Amino acid sequence: MLLIACPWCGDRPELEFRHAGEAHVTRPADPAAVSDAAWTGFLYERQNPRGLYRERWRHLHGCGRFFNAVRHTLTDRFLGSYPPGGEPPA
Amino acid sequence: MRLPAGGRIDRDRPLHFTFDGRAYTGYAGDTLASALLAAGVSIFGRSFKYHRPRGLLAAGAEEPNALVEIDRGPGRREPNQRATMVPLEAGLVARSQNRWPSLRLDVGALAGLAAPLLPAGFYYKTFLGPRRDSWHRLWEPLIRRMAGLGRAPDAPDPDRYGNRFAHCETLVVGGGPAGIVAALTAAESGGRVILCDEQEELGGSLLATPEVMIDGQPCWESLAAAVAELRANPQVRVLTRTTAFHYGLQNFVALAQVLDRADGLRERLWQVRAGRVLLATGAIERPIPFPGNDRPGVMLAGAARSYCARWGVLPGQRAVLLAAHDSGYAAAFALADAGAAAGAGAVVPVILDLRAAPPEALVAAAAARGITVLAGHGVVETIGAGRISGLRAAPLRPDGTPDRGRATAMACDLLLMAGGWTPNVQLFSQSRGRLRWDAAADAFLPGGSPEAQASLGACNGTTELGAVLQEAAAAGRGEAQAAAAPAVPTALPIRAIAAGAVAARKAFVDFQNDVTTADLALAVREGFRSIEHVKRYTTTGMATDQGKTSGMMSLAVTAAVLGRDLPEVGLTSFRPPYTPTSFGTLAGRHRGAVFDPGRTAPMHDWAVEQGALLEPVGQWLRARAFPRGAEDLQAAVARECLAVRQAVGILDASTLGKIEVVGPDAAEFLERCYANAWHGLAPGRCRYGLLLREDGFLLDDGVVARLAPDRFHVTTTTGGAARVLHLLEDYRQTEFPELQVWLTSTTEHWGVAALQGPRARRVLAPLVEDLDLAALPHMGVAECRVAGFPARLFRVSFSGELGFEVNVPANRMPALWQALWQAGAPQGLTAYGTEAMHVLRAEKGFIIIGQETDGTVTPDDVGLGWAIGRKKRDFIGKRGLARAGMAAPDRRQLVGLAPADGRRPEEGAQLLAGARRAEGHVTSAYDSACLGRPFALGLLAGGRARHGETVFATRRDGPPQPLTVGSPVAWDPAGERLDG
Repeated sequence: MLLIACPWCGDRPELEFRHAGEAHVTRPADPAAVSDAAWTGFLYERQNPRGLYRERWRHLHGCGRFFNAVRHTLTDRFLGSYPPGGEPPA
Repeated sequence: MRLPAGGRIDRDRPLHFTFDGRAYTGYAGDTLASALLAAGVSIFGRSFKYHRPRGLLAAGAEEPNALVEIDRGPGRREPNQRATMVPLEAGLVARSQNRWPSLRLDVGALAGLAAPLLPAGFYYKTFLGPRRDSWHRLWEPLIRRMAGLGRAPDAPDPDRYGNRFAHCETLVVGGGPAGIVAALTAAESGGRVILCDEQEELGGSLLATPEVMIDGQPCWESLAAAVAELRANPQVRVLTRTTAFHYGLQNFVALAQVLDRADGLRERLWQVRAGRVLLATGAIERPIPFPGNDRPGVMLAGAARSYCARWGVLPGQRAVLLAAHDSGYAAAFALADAGAAAGAGAVVPVILDLRAAPPEALVAAAAARGITVLAGHGVVETIGAGRISGLRAAPLRPDGTPDRGRATAMACDLLLMAGGWTPNVQLFSQSRGRLRWDAAADAFLPGGSPEAQASLGACNGTTELGAVLQEAAAAGRGEAQAAAAPAVPTALPIRAIAAGAVAARKAFVDFQNDVTTADLALAVREGFRSIEHVKRYTTTGMATDQGKTSGMMSLAVTAAVLGRDLPEVGLTSFRPPYTPTSFGTLAGRHRGAVFDPGRTAPMHDWAVEQGALLEPVGQWLRARAFPRGAEDLQAAVARECLAVRQAVGILDASTLGKIEVVGPDAAEFLERCYANAWHGLAPGRCRYGLLLREDGFLLDDGVVARLAPDRFHVTTTTGGAARVLHLLEDYRQTEFPELQVWLTSTTEHWGVAALQGPRARRVLAPLVEDLDLAALPHMGVAECRVAGFPARLFRVSFSGELGFEVNVPANRMPALWQALWQAGAPQGLTAYGTEAMHVLRAEKGFIIIGQETDGTVTPDDVGLGWAIGRKKRDFIGKRGLARAGMAAPDRRQLVGLAPADGRRPEEGAQLLAGARRAEGHVTSAYDSACLGRPFALGLLAGGRARHGETVFATRRDGPPQPLTVGSPVAWDPAGERLDG
C-alpha cells in the first residue's frame, strides 16, 4: 500500500485516496475555439509513460482536496506532491 | 523414536491426537510433525503428480511434502497445513491428503508407473485425443481428481479474524539470534520495535543447537534471558506464530498472526508501516538431487538436527549423511551423540561426502565417533518399500556422477542431505530489492534496496554466529553495516552438485510439484532457455512453497544443462505471500453483512414490517414492492401502479442523491457544470438538470431546486450521488477555483417521502403549515412545515401524476410517514416500491440513467435536447456535443415499442429491421396495468423518424417478435394529469 503525501494532511495510506488521472491536462479556456483533433486530445490522449508521471489524486477520505503528485511508474516512488496549479518538483 | 531426555517439550503434559484415525500421543511443545516422527510415522502424504509416498523433508516453514488436513469440526477443516508448522494440541484431528483409499495403498500411485507419460509440459502435449474436446470432457476432470492438494472446506468458517494497523520505528522479521539481538539493540536506541517470527517460539537456529555457547554460556540460557528482556520492554512487541508474508512499498509489511484463541479469534492481519525493516529471515537448507531422493526417510540434515535437539526425537536409528557442505557434519554428530547417550548404538555409521577432500578436522571428528567418511562418494539409488531401508553408494567419476559399477549397498533408515544453504531472500526480493550473485557464498545475496532496510545474519550470507551477532547489533543501533566477512568455502558449489545429477533418474528437485532433474533437462532440450520459461513449462517452484527448497537447485540444474553460469540464467521473481495465507486473515471482519456495507433508507424497517420485497440498488437496499396476502410481484406492482394513477401512492425516495450548492457564485457554478441554464431560475422554482461528461454523453440527471439566490438543492440519481459530487468537486477545486461556492453531500440528511397521484394534494394539505399548497406550481419548491417538521416541499412528478416530494430531516421521516399514512388512509394511500416507480416513469417515457443510457447516449438521443442551454457559452460537454457525428440522423434514439403479439419484450434484446442487422436494443420492458398491455422503451437508429414502423426484438425463447415503433410517452401524452 502506497504512502501518499497530501499537501495539506501529510503522509497517509493509499486507502484514503482516489486516483484522478493524469495531471496538467488543461481544459481549453474556450472549448468552442479548438479543433476536433485538439478536443480529442484533451478527451482521450494521455502520456502513460514508463518513468516519471505527473498525476492527480484526491484525498477523498480525508480533506477531500485534489492535488498533483509526481510518481515513477516503475518503482512507484513519489518525488513529491503539490497543490493544483502549482509547479511540480524538479 | 523419542529420546529419553532433552528437547524443549514438556514431558509432563502429554497430548492425545489422531492422524488418519489412529490415536497417537505427543507432548506440549511438539509440532504435529515431531510428534508423528517420534511415533515412528514416516509417510505423511502422497505427492502431487505421481502420488509417490512422501515423508518429512524439513522441520520448518519450507516443508514441501508433509501437507495435511487439520479438522477442528464443521467449517474448521483446513487443507494443506504443513505438519511442521502445526503446534500439537489436545484432541487434534489430522488427516493425510491426496491418497485413495489410504495412505499406504493409493490407487493414484499407478500414476508413478505412467511417469514416462507425464514428462515436463505434459499438459501441453498429451491428452489431445481421441476427440477434439477430450481435454475438457475426459482428461482434465480425470487429472483434477488425481492431482491437487487437499479438499477445500465445505462449510462457512465460524471463527473470527482480526485486523490491526501498526506503526513502529523498527520492524524485525525473524526471531533467530540475529533478529533477537537486532530487536534488543534497536529498543535500546529508542523507538517502537516489532519483532515477528513464524515459529511458536523465538530462537530460530539456536533451538537446534543447544551445544553452542554464547559468551561462555549455553545458548539456550542466553536465549531465555534475551527473550525475557524483550518481553519486559514495553517498547517491544513480540509476535510469535506470525509470518511476514508481504513486503510492499515504503516499508509496508503485512503479517499474518495465528492466535487460535478460545474466544474464536483465529488469526489476525497486521498491516505494519515501519521506519526501517530489519530482515533476519535465515537460510534454508538445499536438498541434493539423486535417484530416489524423495523416499520417506530422506531428510535435510539441519531438520534432523532440529528434531533431535528441539523435540527430543531421533528421526532414525541408522542414518547415513550425504554431505556437500560442512554443516551436515554437525548434524550427524548431534544425532550420533544423542543416540549414544540414549544407548541407541552407532546411529550414524557412514558419511558420504560428495567432495573429494572434506576438511580433515571434520573427518577426524567423525573418526573419533566411529563414523566412516567416504570422500568423493554419491548415492546411486535408494531402496525401500515406502520408507528407505537402504541405499547404494558409489565413488564419483571426475564428472561428478556416481560410478554405478562400483556401487556398494548399505542399510539405513534415514538419509540426511546437506547440500548447503540458500539465504532466505524472499521478502527482500518482494521489496523490489536487487539480488546479487555472490560466488564465495555460492548464493544470491541482498544487494541494493529502495527501502530503509537491512538484511542480517544468514539471509545476508553471514553464517558464523559471532559475526551474525555483531552484524545484528550494529544494524539494531542503526549503524552502517560492514561488508559481510567473506564466506569460508566449505562446500561443493551447487552448480557442481547439479552437474552430477543431470542424468539421474527420479532425482527430485521440486518435491511439491514433482519436478525432477530430467524434467528440467528435457525443457532445455526442447528449447527453453530462460529460467522464467523453464519454470512455467516444468512448473518447478510454482507450488505453494514457491520453491523454497527447490528454486536454487532448479536454477543450477538448468544452468548445468545449458552449460552456463548460474547468474546468467537469471532468477525468478518472488511474489507475496511468503507462505500460504488464509482467506480469513485477508478478509478479516469484511465478510457476510459487512463484506460490502449496505445502506438502508429511513423507512426500511417499516417496509420490512409490511412484508416488502427488497432489492439492492447500488449499495442501497430498497423496497421493490409491497405484496399483500398471496400477491406475487407482478400482481403487487399492477395494484401499486393503478393506485398511483387512480388515487395516491407513497414512496420512500430518500436514497436520491442530494447536494447542497451554496455561495454567491452557486448559480454560475451550476451554469458552467450542468447543461441547463440556471441564472434565470427564480428562487422557489425547480428545473430538471442534465449533467454530461466532457465528451457530451449523459452522466446523470436530477431535479435542481433554487431555494435562494445563493442556495441550490441539487438531486442526483441514487447510484450516481458520489460520482456526481466527485466530479463537481473536481471542477470546483481545479477548473473554477475563483468561484465562491461550496458543495455538501446531504443525501443522508434528508428523508424524502414522494406522494404521487391525483389525490396527493388532499392527503398532504391538512399537514402543511406556512404554505398555500394549492398555489405551489408544478416544479415549485418551498420551505415550510409538514406534520410539524421543518420541510422542503417539492412539487415534482416522476410518474406523470400530481406529485409532491416532502424532504424532512431523516430522523423525522418515520414520524412524517406515519402522519401521511394516517391522513392518506381515507384517500386509499398505497405504499409502492421501486418496481412500480419504474413502470410509472417508463409509461411517461422518463429515462433512467444507466438503463436508457450507457455512456454513449446524448441528451438529444433520449429526447432531452430541449433541456440544454444552447445559448450558454460553455458547459461540461458542450464542445463534446459539437463533434461531428453527435447530431447524425441515424443515431440511436429513444422510442416506445408496442409488442404486436402481446408478449413483454426482453430487456437488452437486439432490435432488428428488414436487413436483419441490429439497429438498436430494448432498454426497458414492463407489463402495464394502466395501459392494459406490455410495453417497452428502446434505442433505435433514427427512431424518431420511424414511428409506425415494425421492428423485431430478439428473444431467447424463440424467433424475434414484432414491435410497433411509436412515441416513448405512452401515458397522458398531453401532460394533463400533472394538476391532479
